Amino acid sequence: MKSLSLSPTTHTPHVSFDAETGKIELRGRSTPENSVEFYEPIMNWLDDYVKAPQETTKVEVRFEYFNTSSSKCILDIFKRLSVLPKGGKKIEITWFYEEDDEDMQEAGEDYSDILGLPFTIKQV
Amino acid sequence: MIDLLEQYERMHDNNIMLSFKGEVTFDLVNSILKIIEERLNKTEEDLKTKKKVYNVLVECLQNLCHHIEESATEENFGTKTAILMIYMNDSTYHVLTGNYIYNKNIDHIRNWLDQINSVSKDELRELYKKILNNEQFSEKGGGGLGFIDIARKSGQKLNYNFKPVNDNVSFFSFQINIPKQEV
Repeated sequence: MKSLSLSPTTHTPHVSFDAETGKIELRGRSTPENSVEFYEPIMNWLDDYVKAPQETTKVEVRFEYFNTSSSKCILDIFKRLSVLPKGGKKIEITWFYEEDDEDMQEAGEDYSDILGLPFTIKQV
Repeated sequence: MIDLLEQYERMHDNNIMLSFKGEVTFDLVNSILKIIEERLNKTEEDLKTKKKVYNVLVECLQNLCHHIEESATEENFGTKTAILMIYMNDSTYHVLTGNYIYNKNIDHIRNWLDQINSVSKDELRELYKKILNNEQFSEKGGGGLGFIDIARKSGQKLNYNFKPVNDNVSFFSFQINIPKQEV
């Protein structure tokens, strides 16, 4: 399965999804006007990935900031990945927040809480 | 109660970081955000404050973009036109937006803003999570979270005012204050 790689822009994040290694990385800023449009290829990739995932999928998320429009898409990403433990596969999620960014720290806690998935929440 | 039109006339120029009146488009929003980011980098040392102000601005401006409506007045104030001001004093950043709105939409917005203003910080966080998890996507993915996010990040009440213009349209003034974060 092809990996997905998107370079960061002023309003979209760096995206690096590797089906071979099971490494999923999102970092930077996410403030696109139409987040549904931007995240669509990501959702499609994930739909394919979860059909034949690695034993362990390692997710690393490091946002500088994201708008509320993106927040829904980000939840959707995790929702798709949350099927992995149910299918007996492992998932490790690390949510990074920059120094003193309590808002981002809380956001990680919120996602973990909504999904019922354990997140490692770490300061960069 | 705030009235953006009158307030604009009272304001001193050297407190204003940015002032804009015109058509609000996605490109314009990005330009404004870039300008403000550069200004913040120059004038604000605290990273936490910078991020909060920037975050609030993103939500305010993108909200404007998504929900602005054509005005229908005889004076023809223009389509998708809004006013935006950002100013600061020693302790606080102030973000103000103003746009025309159809009267039929007022109650819905007023109720929502009042609800956000009436709950505690913890309740607001729970409300955010609930809507994030449940609400239908609007076409562009907005879905009502914007105002909650603004309230949470600023830690302040949402100030607003609806000023009647004619039978169909009012002017919606919105203000959020972001205190500089203590180091």
